[in-house]
Amino acid sequence: MSVWNWLAVGGAAVLALVAVAEIRRRTGTGSSGRRFFRHPSAAPALFVLAFFVTVALAAPLVTPYRPYVQIDITRLANHAPSTQFPLGTDPFGRDVWSRLVYGARISLGIGALAMLVAVTTGVVVGGVAGYFRRWVDATLMRLVDVGLAMPRVFMLLMVVALWDHVPLTVLVLLIGLTGWFGTSRLVRAEVLSVREREFVAAARALGAEPARVILRHVLPNAAAPIIVSAALGIGNVMLLEAGLSFLGLGVPSPAPSWGNMIADGWPKMAVAWWASTFPGLAISLVVMALNAVGDALRDALDPRKETA
Amino acid sequence: MTEPLLRVRDLKTYFVTEHGSGTARAVDGVSFDLYPGETLGLVGESGCGKTVTSLSVLRLIPEPPGHIRPGSFIEFAGRNLLTLAPRELRAIRGNQIAMIFQEPMTSLNPVFTVGDQIAEAAIVHQRLSRRAARARAIEMLKLVGIPDPAQRVDHYPHQMSGGMRQRVMIAMALVCHPKVLIADEPTTALDVTIQAQILELLERLQAELGMAVMLITHDLGVVAGSADRVVVMYAGQVVEQAPTPDLFARPLHPYTVGLLASVPRLDAPSRARARLHGIPGQVPAASDWPGGCRFHPRCPYAWDRCREEEPPLLDASTGEPGSHTVRCWLLTEPQRRTGRPGS
Amino acid sequence: MAAWLVRRLAASIAIVWAVVTLTFVIVHLAHGSPCGQSDGRPVAPETCAALIRRFGLDRPIGIQYVKYLGALLRGDLGESLALHRPVADALAEALPNTFTLTLTALVIDFALGLALGVYQAARERRFGDIALGNAALFVNSMPTFWLGLVLLLLLAQWLRLFPVGGLRDLVLCPRMDSLPCLADFAWHLTLPALTLGLVGAAGTARYQRAALLEVVRQDFVRTARAKGLPERRVLLVHALRNALLPLVTLFGLTFPFLLTGAVLVETVFAWPGMGRLAVTAILQRDYPVVTAAALIASVMVVLGNLLADVLYGVADPRIRVRAT
Repeated sequence: MSVWNWLAVGGAAVLALVAVAEIRRRTGTGSSGRRFFRHPSAAPALFVLAFFVTVALAAPLVTPYRPYVQIDITRLANHAPSTQFPLGTDPFGRDVWSRLVYGARISLGIGALAMLVAVTTGVVVGGVAGYFRRWVDATLMRLVDVGLAMPRVFMLLMVVALWDHVPLTVLVLLIGLTGWFGTSRLVRAEVLSVREREFVAAARALGAEPARVILRHVLPNAAAPIIVSAALGIGNVMLLEAGLSFLGLGVPSPAPSWGNMIADGWPKMAVAWWASTFPGLAISLVVMALNAVGDALRDALDPRKETA
Repeated sequence: MTEPLLRVRDLKTYFVTEHGSGTARAVDGVSFDLYPGETLGLVGESGCGKTVTSLSVLRLIPEPPGHIRPGSFIEFAGRNLLTLAPRELRAIRGNQIAMIFQEPMTSLNPVFTVGDQIAEAAIVHQRLSRRAARARAIEMLKLVGIPDPAQRVDHYPHQMSGGMRQRVMIAMALVCHPKVLIADEPTTALDVTIQAQILELLERLQAELGMAVMLITHDLGVVAGSADRVVVMYAGQVVEQAPTPDLFARPLHPYTVGLLASVPRLDAPSRARARLHGIPGQVPAASDWPGGCRFHPRCPYAWDRCREEEPPLLDASTGEPGSHTVRCWLLTEPQRRTGRPGS
Repeated sequence: MAAWLVRRLAASIAIVWAVVTLTFVIVHLAHGSPCGQSDGRPVAPETCAALIRRFGLDRPIGIQYVKYLGALLRGDLGESLALHRPVADALAEALPNTFTLTLTALVIDFALGLALGVYQAARERRFGDIALGNAALFVNSMPTFWLGLVLLLLLAQWLRLFPVGGLRDLVLCPRMDSLPCLADFAWHLTLPALTLGLVGAAGTARYQRAALLEVVRQDFVRTARAKGLPERRVLLVHALRNALLPLVTLFGLTFPFLLTGAVLVETVFAWPGMGRLAVTAILQRDYPVVTAAALIASVMVVLGNLLADVLYGVADPRIRVRAT
C-alpha cells in the first residue's frame, strides 16, 4: 500500500468525522436530534457507517490493487498482514484490504437496495391494506402471515435450487421481496390509527383522492417506525447476503462480497486467519453500527417521548 | 402533649430534569409531625410535592433522577430513616410504616393472586408459614370488607373492581399492623360512592388498629371528614398547618382560602356554588419556582414584599403555640386583607 | 380455552396449507418447461419426455396439485434426485440432529440471555451493564457462521479443546450405545450449539433487559418495595414474572432464527442435520430435498408460534382466567 493510499484512508476517516459532526450540529438543536445523540453509541456508530460508505465510494483511491488481481499466486498467497498488505492476502494471492473495500460497495449496496425494495413493498402493501380495509386488508394480512411463517433462508435456498442460475439483481430483488412482511404490518397498524384521526377525514371530505391522502397525511406519521425497521433491516439483509455468499449461492466469486470473502478464506483459516477474519469483523462492525443507529432512532423518533 | 411518631424536618427531595441541565425542587424544606393515632391530611394541588413527600418518607423515590438532599431528616421511633441501612429500612417498610397508592389498577402485581400479595409482607416480616400467612390474608380480606374472602383470596387483581382492589391494597398494607399508614390519594381513581366507602373503611380500621394515618389528597372535602390536622402544601413547601376545625373556620393563607372556595358545598346558596374555579393559574414548574413568596404570582393580595422576600412559617395559633402556622406576609400586615382587590 | 385453541389450530393449519400451495406454485413455475434451456445446455427430446412423465407434468395442473397434497398427507415428500432414496427417509435421519442442535442452542440462548438481561437491568447504566450491552450488541451483529468459524479456529484448531466437526467419532463410536459415546456426542455438540446459542443469547439479553426495565418502572414494583421486600425478591419475583411474558413471545421469534442459523452452522461444523442436507442438495440441484426442507422449516415455525401462544396463555393469568 502506498503513502497515497494511507493518506486517502486517513482522509476518508476525517471526512467521516466531519460528516458526523455536521449531522450533529444540524440536528442537535431539535429534541429528537438531541435524544438521538444522547445514546452513547449513536455518534460512533454513525462514524463507522460514514467511514465505510466513504471508503467504498473512494475505493480506487484507498486501495493499491483491483479486487480481482492475483498479485503473485505462487509467492504472495496467504501473505500475513504487513505494510504492503495491511490485512494480508487471501489463498488466491489477492489483497484482502482491496477486496474488503470493493466488497463494501457490493455488500452495503445489496443491503441498501434490498431494504429499499422491502420497505417500498411493505409500505405499499401495508398502506393499501390499512386504507382499504375489508377484504383487501384480510387477504393481504393472511399473505403476510404465510410469509412470516416461511423462514427466509429456506425460501431463498429453494428458489436458488429450482432455478439453475440466479442473477445478482434477481437475488437482491428476492431478498427484498422476502423481507417486507414485518414492515407492512407496522405500516398497516399506523395507517389504521392515523386514518381515524380528524385531519384525514377532513382531507377526504375536501375530495382528496385516497392515494393522495395516504401519501400526504398517513406516511409522514408512519415514517418513524419505518425508518427504524429499515435501519435494522439493512443489517439483517447484509447478514443474509453474507450467509448465502458463504454457501456459494449469493454473490459469485471473483466479485468480492464480505460473505464470499469469508468463504474464500475459510479452507485456509488455520494458516491464514486474516482472510476470513477481517471481512467477518467488517460485517459485524457495520451491522452493529446499524443496530445502534436503529436503537437510537427508535428512542429519538418515539413520539411518546416527545414531551418528556 | 405526646411525642410525635414521625417527625419530618427540612425535607428536600430534588430531581434532575430530563436534559440533565436543571434541578426540580419537588419538595423543598418540608417539616411536619405525625402523632400516634391521629389522621393528618396533606393537601395541595397536583404538582405541589405532596406525593413526593409521602414517597420520601419510605425512601421510595427513584434514584436517579431523584435524591433526598443531605440535611433532611425523617425521624421514626428515634431513628433517622434517611440514614438507615437498606436492611433496617426494609424492616420498617410494610411492617411499621405501610403505604397505599393512588392507582389500585396498576399498583397490584397482575401475575400473583391477591392472597399471595397480601401474605407476602407477613411472611417476610413476621416469618409466618405459608399456611398461617394465607389464613392471615383471608382474615385481612374479611377485615377490609370483601365478601367471600376464602374464595377471593385466590383471585387475580384483574378479576376485581377498582374499589375491591383498593380494599386489597389496604389489606396488604395493614397485614403487619403498622403504626403508620400513608395513604396517597387512595380514593382519587374511584367512583364517588366507592370513595366514601373506602374513607369510611380507613376510619374504622384506624379506630380498630390504633394507627396514625397520613392522608394525602387534593380534596379538602375528604380532609374535612376524616383528618384531625391538616398540612397545606404549595410549590414544595408547607404554607399552612392547623387542626382541621381551626383551618376550616379560620383559613389564613390565601392559597388555603382559594382551595376552600373550590370545594363544592351542597348546603351553600347557588351564588357561592358558582365560584368553583377557586384559584386562577396553575402550580409553576418545580424547576422554576418564583422568587419571594412562591404563591405571589397567583395571590390577589401580593405586594412588593411578597415578590422580594420569602416568608417564613409564622405562628398564628389562638390556642396552643405552634398549632396553627402560616407562610404568609399578610400575618404581619393583616389590614391588607380587608381591601381585597376586585371584590 | 378449548375454543380458542381450536381456532388457533385451524389458523395454523390454514397457514401450513398456504405454504404448501405456495411451494407447489414455485416448483411448478420453475419446472413449467423442463425442456427449456435455462443453463444453456440443450435437453434431448426423449429426456424431456421422460422428465415430463416422471413429474406428471402432462396432467392438468389441478390434478397435479391434488396428487401433491395427497402425497404430502401420506408423508410422501418425493424422491431425492441425488440420494436415490425417498426424501422423507433422508429428512427423518437428519431432523433429530437438527432438533438436538437447535434445542441445545435454545437452552443456552434463553438461560444465558435471561441471566445476562437480569444482571444488566439490575445494574442499569453502570459499568457492567454498558460493557455487557456493547458486547451483546456486537455478538448479536455477527454472522452466525463467522462466529462458528472463529470458535472453530480458536477452540478446535489452535487450542484443540473440541473436535473440528461432525456428529461423533465414527471410529470409536459407530453407534451411540455407551456412556463414553454419549459424552463424545455432547463434546461434538458443544461448539455448534454454543455458536448458535451465543448469538441468540445476545439478542435475548437485550430484549430481556429492556422488558425488565420497563416492568421495573411500573407501580406494582413500587408497591413491592413499599412492603419491605428485599431488592432481590422485588426484581426476581415481582418484576421478572411480568417481564417473562414478552419473553414467551420472543420464543416464537427465536425458533425461525435458530433454524436459519442452523443451516449455516451445520455446514461449518459438518453437522448432519436438515440444514446441511438442504445445502448439499442445492449444490447437487436436488430440488425435492430443498423443497421438503423448506416445508418442514415452515411447519416448525408455525408450531413454534402456536406453542408460544399457548405458553403465553398459561403464563398470563389475565388471559388464562378469561379463556376458561
